[in-house]
Amino acid sequence: MMKLLTATTAITLAGTGLALAGTIDDIKARGHIQCGVTQGVPGFSNPNDAGDWTGFDVDICRAVAAAVLSDADAVRYTPLSNTERFTALQSGEVDILSRTTTRTLNRDTALGLNFAPVVFYDGQGFMVRESSGITSALELDGTTVCVSAGSTSELNVADYFTANNMTYEPVRFEKADEVLAAYDAGRCDVYTSDLSGLAARRLVMQNPAEHLMLKETISKEPLAPAVRHGDDAWFDIVTWTVYALIAAEELGVTAANIDQMKAEGSPDVQRLLGSSETGTGEWVGLDNDWATRAIAAGGNYGELWARHLGPDTPLKLARGLNELYNNGGIQYAMPIK
Amino acid sequence: MTAPFLPPRQIFWTRRRVKSLLVQVVFLGGLAWLAYFLFANTTANLQRQGIASGFGFLSQRAGFDVSLSFLPFTSDSSYGRAFWVAVVNALVLSALGIVLATILGFGLGLARVSKNWLIARLATVYIEIFRNIPLLLQLFFWYFAILRQLPGPKESVVLADLVFLNNRGLYMPRPQVDQGGWVIMVCFVAGLCMALVMTLRARQQRLKTGHGPKSWYWWPIGLVALPLTAFMITGASLSFVIPELRGFNYRGGMLMLPEMLAALLGLGFYIAAAIGEIVRSGIQGVDKGQVEAASALGLARRDIMRLVVLPQAMRIIIPPLATQYLSLAKNTSLAAAIAFPEIISIVAGTTLTQTGQALEAITLAMLFYMGVSLSIAAVMNFLNYRVLRHGN
Ligand SMILES: N[C@@H](CCC(=O)N[C@@H](CS)C(=O)NCC(=O)O)C(=O)O
Repeated sequence: MMKLLTATTAITLAGTGLALAGTIDDIKARGHIQCGVTQGVPGFSNPNDAGDWTGFDVDICRAVAAAVLSDADAVRYTPLSNTERFTALQSGEVDILSRTTTRTLNRDTALGLNFAPVVFYDGQGFMVRESSGITSALELDGTTVCVSAGSTSELNVADYFTANNMTYEPVRFEKADEVLAAYDAGRCDVYTSDLSGLAARRLVMQNPAEHLMLKETISKEPLAPAVRHGDDAWFDIVTWTVYALIAAEELGVTAANIDQMKAEGSPDVQRLLGSSETGTGEWVGLDNDWATRAIAAGGNYGELWARHLGPDTPLKLARGLNELYNNGGIQYAMPIK
Repeated sequence: MTAPFLPPRQIFWTRRRVKSLLVQVVFLGGLAWLAYFLFANTTANLQRQGIASGFGFLSQRAGFDVSLSFLPFTSDSSYGRAFWVAVVNALVLSALGIVLATILGFGLGLARVSKNWLIARLATVYIEIFRNIPLLLQLFFWYFAILRQLPGPKESVVLADLVFLNNRGLYMPRPQVDQGGWVIMVCFVAGLCMALVMTLRARQQRLKTGHGPKSWYWWPIGLVALPLTAFMITGASLSFVIPELRGFNYRGGMLMLPEMLAALLGLGFYIAAAIGEIVRSGIQGVDKGQVEAASALGLARRDIMRLVVLPQAMRIIIPPLATQYLSLAKNTSLAAAIAFPEIISIVAGTTLTQTGQALEAITLAMLFYMGVSLSIAAVMNFLNYRVLRHGN
């Protein structure tokens, strides 16, 4: 709440130059990127035991910092609740929002945001206690549903129950931690959110094995990093950093083989890594090594996935739609040329 | 001859009246300029970022549901309606909280000055505990205590097959008048007015002449007998809708949500501690001589408190009491953390995020809190004025 108030005041007071054009200059002057993350969702953005932020969304910010500032550690993280996140971005408190945020028309237009490419194709689902005997979302009539306020989830769930002629009682919390705690304490029959979020949240429950995900997916939740309207140069950098990570996976460039690939790769690889005459640095306003640094920071898109979300992590998510287009998914980078 | 006492000649604008007027004009002008600057600057900032602005969103479809609403509300209702739902919820919580805190607080204050050592000590311990733990923590404590201690709907605590308590809330029978309900309502309101008028008349007479007629019996007549007669004459039938376990939850009846229960207990118990101290200091602030004089007149201990000490103590109690009521009303905002759907949750939370119109949402929230503060202040000022004038 305090954050909301300060951010709102910032919009009111900011000089006419309110961090519009010039985000990159601001970032270079202050020496770090301000990255808005969740208040703790394992796998996406979560402080580890040492207090350092880790996760898939965090690594996106680190890749951008590596591209712009040559230092993946030059990032300050601001944990934001669902209701704080957009105001924090609009007011310039953060430069980039990298926090399980769904791209929607309303947010892209009326809220003044620009979305970088989707980094996670997700959908909304339901989690219930196994002991409830519920096996399908169509059996949820009359249930109590815990949901996060200010999310697409609370809108989708209203539409879903209306469309299926069912009633429910919503219990809406601002903080995801409390949604979870209340559900875990038995306040709700159902916990609804993005499927990835549910899987992540289940990890921190008292007895993860007692809960199961229903098979229905009730919405499309393309999660993407967002920046403010009005600074195309900054938007371009964030956009193409994400594409560079995906392109690296397409081309087989990994954090481990990047030096070798830079020297010996195909023309596409050489262009991506800036080793050929036609480097891309000038076009995005950086030097030719920008993508090399972004990829070297944490690996390519597939490596980020495997490290934070994939089968070898506690989340054990299947890549599904997030596989590359030539591997059964819909993820693909615009040509880096 | 020159007049000996002529004051030194003054330049026009250094005269006191003129000077203070000038200062005020300059100050107001500055304020107006600042307001204009903020408005223009904000609008420009929003426009440049392409962020929607204005209050047009209030008529748009809200699209979300709320757990508690005294007005008809569905996800098809507007954001404007959602605002009013939030306003009513916050006011209901404030009102119930004020009643609870006042009753408990006066009890605590009296206990604090009690001659009974144990009672006085217990009151002190209560006050020290509840006053010194941050309210937010207390809210979480009550909320999760309720959720964790109470069983699920299928294992509800049942009272006489009428009242059901579980971690989804407290379910009670809901009275339902099948016909002629409005006649009974009208009679009830008329009875209330009648009792009020008779009491006031009796009082005025007592103030004027020293003794007036008894008037207490107008209350049972107005509030019970009259509506009851109407009920029997119209042949209305009263029934109770008893909550019933259907599927996952109880349905029907009246429901007090765990969020409401926890918010009420949290706010009520916290503010009661402060009110207890205010009542104690008010009582102790009354001159000892008053008590001595009253007991010399042979008044009983209870009557000394009721007739001599408390009326005078009220003069000391009311102003800080008003502050506590204000604080309670404003602290309802913390109940958002335990999912109570009030202003912060519905307006500065969901509405703000779904529309992205932070300034407008925050403005609405601030207007609400300002309105509540000013209203409570006005009521308490009026009471205070009366106590100072009439002594009760
Ligand atoms: N994708 C949804 C958000 C869904 C959501 O609420 N996700 C949870 C994770 S389950 C979250 O990010 N919580 C915020 C936090 O933990 O800070 C949106 O953009 O509105």
